Amino acid sequence: MASNKKYWKSAAELNPNDSMVETMKNNEFAEEIPVDDFLGDKENLSESSTNRRDFLKYIGFSTAAASMAACEGPVYKSIPYVVQPENIVPGVANYYATTIADGFDFASILVKTREGRPIKIENNTDAKIGGGANARVQASVLSLYDSTRLQGPLANGEPVEWDALDAAVKSKLGSLQNSGKQIAVLTQTYASPSTEKLMGEFKAAYANVNHVTYDSISEDAALTAFEQRYGERALPDYDFEKAGLIISFGANFLADWQGGGYDASYARSRMPKNGKMSRHVQFEANLTQTGAKADKRVPLTPVLQRVALAQLYAKLNGSNMAGELPEYAINAIDSLVLQIKKNPAAAVVVSGIDDVNTQIVILAINEMLGSKAFDAKSPKYTRQGNVKAVNTLIADMKAGKVGALIMDGVNPMYSLPNAADFKEGIEKVDLSVTFSTNWNETTEVSQYTASANHYLESWGDAQIKKGHYSLMQPTIRQLFDTRLFQDALLQWMGTGQSYYEYIKETWSASILGGSSWNKALQDGVLASSDNAMVMASADADPTVQQDIASDKQEDAANETAAEEVQPPASVSISTAVSSLANATSGSGMELILYSKTGMGDGRQANNPWLQEFADPITRVSWDNYLTVSKSDAERLGLENYYVSNGAMNGSYVKLTVNGTSVDKVPIIVQPGQARGSVGLAFGYGKKVGMKEEMQVGVNAFPLYQNFSNIQSVSIEKTDGAHEFASEQLQNTMAGRSNDIIKETTLSVFNTEDKEHWNAVPKVDYNHSEIEVREKNADIWQSFDRSIGPHFNLSIDLNACTACGACVIACQVENNVPVVGKEEVRKFRDMHWLRIDRYYSSAETFKQEIEDLETLPAFETYEKVEIASYDNPEVAFQPVMCQHCNHAPCETVCPVAAISHGRQGQNQMVYNRCVGTRYCANNCPYKVRRFNWFLYSDNDEFDYYMNNDLGKMVINPDVNVRSRGVMEKCSMCIQKTQKTILDAKRDGRAIKDGEFQTACSLACDKGAMVFGDINDENAEIVEKKNDDRMYHLLESLGTKPNVMYQLIVKNTAEA
Amino acid sequence: MQKLSYRHRISRVVGIGILFFLLFSLPICAQQKAVQDSTSTADSEQADSGGSEDSAADTDGDPAAGKQIFNQNCAACHALDRKMTGPALGNVEQKIQDEAGLGRDWIYKWIKNSAGLISSGDEYANKIYNQFNQVAMTAFPTLSNEDIDNILAYTNAPPKKAADAGADQAAAGGGGGGSASSGISNEIILGALALVFGLLVAMLFLVNKTLQRIAAANGIAVEKDESEKRLPIWKAFAKNQFLVFVSVVLLLLGGAYFAYGWMMQIGVDQGYEPIQPIHYSHRIHAGENKIECKYCHSSARVSKHSGIPSLNVCMNCHKSIYEVADETLKKGKQEYGVDYNKEIKKLYAAVGWDEENQKYTGESQPVEWIRIHNLPDFAYFNHSQHHIVGGIQCQECHGPVEEMEIMYQYSPLTMGWCINCHRETNVKVEGNAYYDKIHEQLAKKYGVETFTVAQMGGIECGKCHY
Repeated sequence: MASNKKYWKSAAELNPNDSMVETMKNNEFAEEIPVDDFLGDKENLSESSTNRRDFLKYIGFSTAAASMAACEGPVYKSIPYVVQPENIVPGVANYYATTIADGFDFASILVKTREGRPIKIENNTDAKIGGGANARVQASVLSLYDSTRLQGPLANGEPVEWDALDAAVKSKLGSLQNSGKQIAVLTQTYASPSTEKLMGEFKAAYANVNHVTYDSISEDAALTAFEQRYGERALPDYDFEKAGLIISFGANFLADWQGGGYDASYARSRMPKNGKMSRHVQFEANLTQTGAKADKRVPLTPVLQRVALAQLYAKLNGSNMAGELPEYAINAIDSLVLQIKKNPAAAVVVSGIDDVNTQIVILAINEMLGSKAFDAKSPKYTRQGNVKAVNTLIADMKAGKVGALIMDGVNPMYSLPNAADFKEGIEKVDLSVTFSTNWNETTEVSQYTASANHYLESWGDAQIKKGHYSLMQPTIRQLFDTRLFQDALLQWMGTGQSYYEYIKETWSASILGGSSWNKALQDGVLASSDNAMVMASADADPTVQQDIASDKQEDAANETAAEEVQPPASVSISTAVSSLANATSGSGMELILYSKTGMGDGRQANNPWLQEFADPITRVSWDNYLTVSKSDAERLGLENYYVSNGAMNGSYVKLTVNGTSVDKVPIIVQPGQARGSVGLAFGYGKKVGMKEEMQVGVNAFPLYQNFSNIQSVSIEKTDGAHEFASEQLQNTMAGRSNDIIKETTLSVFNTEDKEHWNAVPKVDYNHSEIEVREKNADIWQSFDRSIGPHFNLSIDLNACTACGACVIACQVENNVPVVGKEEVRKFRDMHWLRIDRYYSSAETFKQEIEDLETLPAFETYEKVEIASYDNPEVAFQPVMCQHCNHAPCETVCPVAAISHGRQGQNQMVYNRCVGTRYCANNCPYKVRRFNWFLYSDNDEFDYYMNNDLGKMVINPDVNVRSRGVMEKCSMCIQKTQKTILDAKRDGRAIKDGEFQTACSLACDKGAMVFGDINDENAEIVEKKNDDRMYHLLESLGTKPNVMYQLIVKNTAEA
Repeated sequence: MQKLSYRHRISRVVGIGILFFLLFSLPICAQQKAVQDSTSTADSEQADSGGSEDSAADTDGDPAAGKQIFNQNCAACHALDRKMTGPALGNVEQKIQDEAGLGRDWIYKWIKNSAGLISSGDEYANKIYNQFNQVAMTAFPTLSNEDIDNILAYTNAPPKKAADAGADQAAAGGGGGGSASSGISNEIILGALALVFGLLVAMLFLVNKTLQRIAAANGIAVEKDESEKRLPIWKAFAKNQFLVFVSVVLLLLGGAYFAYGWMMQIGVDQGYEPIQPIHYSHRIHAGENKIECKYCHSSARVSKHSGIPSLNVCMNCHKSIYEVADETLKKGKQEYGVDYNKEIKKLYAAVGWDEENQKYTGESQPVEWIRIHNLPDFAYFNHSQHHIVGGIQCQECHGPVEEMEIMYQYSPLTMGWCINCHRETNVKVEGNAYYDKIHEQLAKKYGVETFTVAQMGGIECGKCHY
């Protein structure tokens, strides 16, 4: 019942007449060599001045020149330090604990440095909160080496000295003291205790300071709701690990919802333990990662989500609520109510709708349920932006009430919906100073541009969650003539202190509480239990406790109970709920603006790793686009189609929201998109200060009116076709999907035999069927791998949320080049690790099985699957080289460039490879990547490997591959070898957990486990013997060293 | 472009040829050696006699004993004629007398406990203390007054420099003469041989001519006809197709052999001995002074790189060692044409050390050494793996470094060379807990006590190429 489900990667596969799919199935390299272009034009050929003899002369000369040049080697120089820093040993990495707090991403991280250069970001496992580095944080190390960074301060675009800037600012601030005009400071969210204190002192020094915090993607609604209910401007924290039932109304909480960072605790609750796992129901419009992971996904437009939430609330407290909902949604809500009532405290409800009423209801429901996963006592501070204050500031600027405007970490000219108003305002400001690492839309209109530090060059601190402090320390000296905003403030205030001293003072005074500064700095984090305790006791509202207790006792009566103890809150709740129930959409379709896992709010849009990172759902890189449901697309005449080389094109549309238009938005027909809704991602369409290659996509911020992520939009088809760099059809595995993804339900998993839901493929032997794992099924002799380590990697498909941290971590660790949009479109992307996404049917599961049984062999399965197009089930699968013990690639290499190690690695030897690409053709997993060009040192690929600055991020332990060689995942042999060497040198045995690959190290969800299967106590052995374990395409008998844990979905309805 | 002495086979052949010729000049070299030996014995004799002369110069102390104590206790910070960490001590007693009117009692106190003297508020003591950057002098309470007398005797009348210098010059002159004469004699012999050879050729030619003339005069016809009748040898050769075929095949094979040999040495830099920006002698440091390799190349313990020492490591010693011993200097000039003291000055310039004021100026200029051992980027090599884990001595790959005046690449560093060693070397498992389990399993499974690196998977491609 488990694995005879059918999966499809792209809508095209459902079309029986699509010839491209057939082509892609049969071809590894889709594009023909353009011989005809080259030789077909007889006229031109005969006219060309290079005749055959010339050609031979050139060949002769270049061969001779090449061999002459090879005779004498170049002279290399070795230049040692004059005075070697004590803690730097060339060739040995140093790690520093620091924190990223760039206004969008907040995380405690470790930075790996080599010879003083930060080269990789890793998770700080000491951090209980925010210790997971997502894809953007993993990639942020490259932003440090961005060749377009500002190298010094500018005045009106011209280079200037810091002294001049300081003098201008100081005199202006002085003259504004008593002028009645305000000094406005517009900044990102810092969540930094020291900066907050400093800002207080700045305000004290200059009485008329107005500090406004601005988040480009606002969580204002949630903040306001929390403030109204708990009196503090913060966000509630959720621990999904404690939740048994997770209900989400449009909250993409596995990505960037409310600052993100919830995926690890969610993943832990999703791995079945003792037959139990959480259940997750998602009501959403765009198909998100979170919806993809849900046990049940209910596609609803945002308006209907609100109605559904109101219904849920009403049904939970036994009242009636108006509001129209489709039947399937009503059923889903009814079922949920029953499930919640079984164990209210285990349930948690979240929402991503930017609406104060919605967020108030969410807080109320969680409180009402007494949800264990819900934590309002020590909230999170990662979003502080205040929409009202920003709007007031812009109005003040336009009214000429602002004398000086100082900005840090924000780019309002790009990310404000009313950027024109801002521009008008800034022109009336006497002095504008922008701190920025790059030249951008805002620096363009500012008088002074202060070149700012990258966070890896800076001191700082952050309080991600109440009582959880972390420190930021520089891991490299400033590369350029840059300065930290806080340092500048201190300088302007004339304290003579550096920000480092200031932080140390602040921490010593109020945070450390007697513990050691050096220890805190070394750990990077400090969980101040005292502080949390104090806050908790102050916050602990006995009425809330009572409330919870009463909930448990009598479900129906809790609304009245709540009313009794909290009259003001409950009054606002009832109005909030009724406002939800009466929510109506505008005249047009509903547009949901979201941020992509790779790009976020576009802060790092100049980072080629993130640009090339394919979206987990659409598998499109280098673009944003409008996701449209199939029925809407048909209605509007929009389409996606595949061109001859297998690449995807899409129609363009023009979007209009309240008279603001964005033109040339490409569309993608997205399975699972709720009818009547469309989605568009932020973060693209940046132009100013960007490399040309990186100026992709359209800017969605002009449509972000009133800072609401839901807008009523009218769509108009325009001419032209957009060329996507999509991995949709690439390396299709259709036809073999039984053996690729395996899936079952919790009830089957708990009640049936393993053979039933995770059968090992059978092969013929001696006219009888045997399991492929048996010895007789094997025609090969194998190494003796029983002595020394033998590595295996386990990937738990249940825990994987397709966050992509592993993809970027792998790219950083292994010097994987960026190839650019054009090349990705030709399917020449180089990622060693990709996360495949498969669709399958959900609701029609039983019917599907029956249908499939009656289907003739080799029939495409559009009949069964089209029904599920509106709401497919989604499976993610990270795929890298499977390191087969009987690898098909090894046997076909004519030069023996691939060999097998007894530790289990399939070893690719670049210096032997002559580029026949036989191996890639023979690889059933399509994980081998060919270097079509010399991506490093090639200005045609102006990303990072071609300039000195970008080269600094290259990992010196891994080769940079040249043109014409095949490459692939090496199972991070440089890391396992290092671990072994360290143990040998120390003369000790290796403990479990010491062996890690870049991907397993980056995965904070525990989805990837790496280890030595010859160590009987290792976790990997447990995984290998797990009932859920299966191998990819196991029937081929390749005996991979990578294993997967199949998907279990908790489909239990009440 | 790298320049290699052994790059071309032809040049090697020529080199061997020259070597063969030089064999004849061995006796002369031996003579030269004898000359050198005699000068060095003269040196040491002179040094000794210098010492005895000094003892006569001063009456209330033994300068010879003083010198010994001085070298043991004082020389790290003091020299006789130049400022180091502490002041120059040549004639120090007189100096103190002149400057402050202080006598030997003060010196006793100072040496035995300078800190005490300074804290007691002694004016001159504080002046000296401040003058030398407030670096307190180590107290020597163990030195007796007599010892100090001896030291003073030594400092007051140091061994005569002039005599030494004279001897130096003489020796240098002698040595120079010796080497020059040996050079000339070689040329003379070669010239004479060439002359003899030339004479022989000329004589043969003349004799032949004379004989022919005599024959002509006597009317004897030299038989030429027969040779004209016979087929010329090359035509005969060309006619014999089999012979032609065989020789062409042989030629091609030979050509291929040499071409292969030539091509295989491309990129193999064995013997690469570039001229370095500072003439650094491993012979003196590692050989004569027996400095541990890892004192300077400390990263070899923990890193893949052995590490070229940073200049501050050099200055650990060279802060005090500002010049080499006279014999060393002499040898350097004679044998290697290098003034070691000038090389030390180059170090000072690079590191920004102001010798005069014993201070760092802060103006440093990193030394751009020419890298000798270059592995290609696609090969991974780790020093700590081989040296610390494998217990391989540096010399096994780098050759007799302690004898190398100029560092050169001793091993070919080819893959075959690596693999060979991995095949032959047993893994050092004793006393390493990492191998305990593996060793036990192997012993049980295969009944072997030792196993090579290759058997452990040390010749798998991916172990070095990733």
